[in-house]
Amino acid sequence: METYSFLRHMADSWFLLAMTIGFLALCLWAFRPGSRALHQDVANSIFRNDDRPAEANPAKKEG
Amino acid sequence: MWDYLKLAGLGLVAVLAAIAANYARDLAYQVNAITVMLAAAIAFLWVLRTAGDPKPDLSHEYFDGVVRAGAIATAFWGAVGFLVGVVIALQLAFPQLNFEFLQGYGNFGRLRPLHTSAVIFAFGGNALIMSAFYIVQRTSAARLFGGSLGWFVFWGWQLVIVLAATGYVLGATQGKEYAEPVWYVDILITVVWVAFLITFMGTLFKRKEPHIYVANWFLLSMILTVAMLHLVNNAAIPVSIFGSAQVQLYAGVQDAMVQWWYGHNAVGFFLTAGFLGMMYYFVPKQAERPVFSYKLSIIHFWALIFLYIWAGPHHLHYTALPDWASTLGMVFSVILWMPSWGGMINGLMTLSGAWDKLRTDPIIRMMVVSIGFYGMSTFEGPMMSIKAVNSLSHYTDWTIGHVHSGALGWNGMITFGVLYYLVPRLWNREGLYSLKLVSWHFWLATIGIVLYASSMWVTGIMEGLMWREVDANGFLVNAFADTVAAKFPMYVVRALGGGLFLTGALIMCWNLWMTVRAQPARVTQNSAVPAE
Repeated sequence: METYSFLRHMADSWFLLAMTIGFLALCLWAFRPGSRALHQDVANSIFRNDDRPAEANPAKKEG
Repeated sequence: MWDYLKLAGLGLVAVLAAIAANYARDLAYQVNAITVMLAAAIAFLWVLRTAGDPKPDLSHEYFDGVVRAGAIATAFWGAVGFLVGVVIALQLAFPQLNFEFLQGYGNFGRLRPLHTSAVIFAFGGNALIMSAFYIVQRTSAARLFGGSLGWFVFWGWQLVIVLAATGYVLGATQGKEYAEPVWYVDILITVVWVAFLITFMGTLFKRKEPHIYVANWFLLSMILTVAMLHLVNNAAIPVSIFGSAQVQLYAGVQDAMVQWWYGHNAVGFFLTAGFLGMMYYFVPKQAERPVFSYKLSIIHFWALIFLYIWAGPHHLHYTALPDWASTLGMVFSVILWMPSWGGMINGLMTLSGAWDKLRTDPIIRMMVVSIGFYGMSTFEGPMMSIKAVNSLSHYTDWTIGHVHSGALGWNGMITFGVLYYLVPRLWNREGLYSLKLVSWHFWLATIGIVLYASSMWVTGIMEGLMWREVDANGFLVNAFADTVAAKFPMYVVRALGGGLFLTGALIMCWNLWMTVRAQPARVTQNSAVPAE
């Protein structure tokens, strides 16, 4: 029962706080300055390499 | 060398399965053991016939053979699952269809898990494996990792389906909803699932694109979470190594809580996160526009990850579960509404600027309706998780209606859209055999779902109200059988809706078959072009 009470107390105080902060930090990280160009590139990445894998040399990647 | 090891392993499995079939303590175990023996023998012959064949370097091609097989399996198991669903819907409306000569095998109790597992794990599971293999290769710009491990995942999963399905009909079950497969099938699922994880992660590791596209996040979270849920919920001790019976490790309310922690996250990660991975890849591809907001998709992902895992207790309102636990489940379920609708908006707004495609492209129409049903069922779910609403809706057909608007509307429609997208590309065909038939499928499926959901709303709320109705002296007014009698017309409407949905799926199978069969392959870029 002692372990239960301890875990139960941890779960609804510090651990809850840590997870909430972790979640908010992950969301804010998505909005960091300079992320727009990266995200635009990633969102368009699905339109590349439709037919065959990219060459081993990324410089030769086809559009 | 590797081929010899495979042969030895497969031979050993076949012999052990034969021994197990001989010592079997129950019929289901015996049939399953014989099935495993046959599967191992066929695989043995296949490896023997191809042993020592030269293995060409295929790293410059995508591994699409397994995706093609996945498309066939998805369409096939979909039709089987829907058919069993229509049969049991008719059995509920007309109990005479529980034929006397099929008692113990073909009655509702035996067929119901067959239906749920067929649509979730056979139809949905194959759709997920197929899409995961297709998406991870394209977005990583790399061939699937692990050589023929992809084939092991595919055939292993089909074996799981066949073992589970024959087991249910013959009475092997561990009695946990959506986790009915017995202990040895659970072990096989674990092996196949780990192989799935290895192929997926391995492909991500050798990707040529710098960033991992968001669809892969959803698919990977699906694979990882389902592995965790499966291991915890199926912890059991077999009664005998030669029998299909087992004893759960947990007891009482703990077992119930573990079961619905599993059950709700099977919905949350298998049927939601995995299918969102499909949405985030195939909807932009079909619309030919990037996703509306990549940032929103990231927030959608993390919100689901942080919230979904807590929602399970809402399946156990007003039970022996502690009050705080069911309140926690309710609160997190209600919070989940927001990220779900964020994801829905993200999917729908991907079409902004291309709304005209809704008129001309029935595949986009299918995908949009599926996202609409995602939004509708992720509103209905949180509402039903509220304790006051749940006290009316729980144990009624409203729940069944809710499940089906999610499963038929969201999972079904997005999978149909994906199949229509994939089949011409996988078989290198110019386009679909008939867009008109896609429209027919679309309307049959949509009207079918509407009939299904609305009849279940009516009958669910009606029976909930009838159960709680008391007279002036505080006595219950209705016997249980009164509600059963009152539900008859709605059950007929439900079976009709299911029948329409099944008809649409059969039209799809015909259309896809003709797409591959009746059309010549597209001219490849390498073929000679006459000088003009």
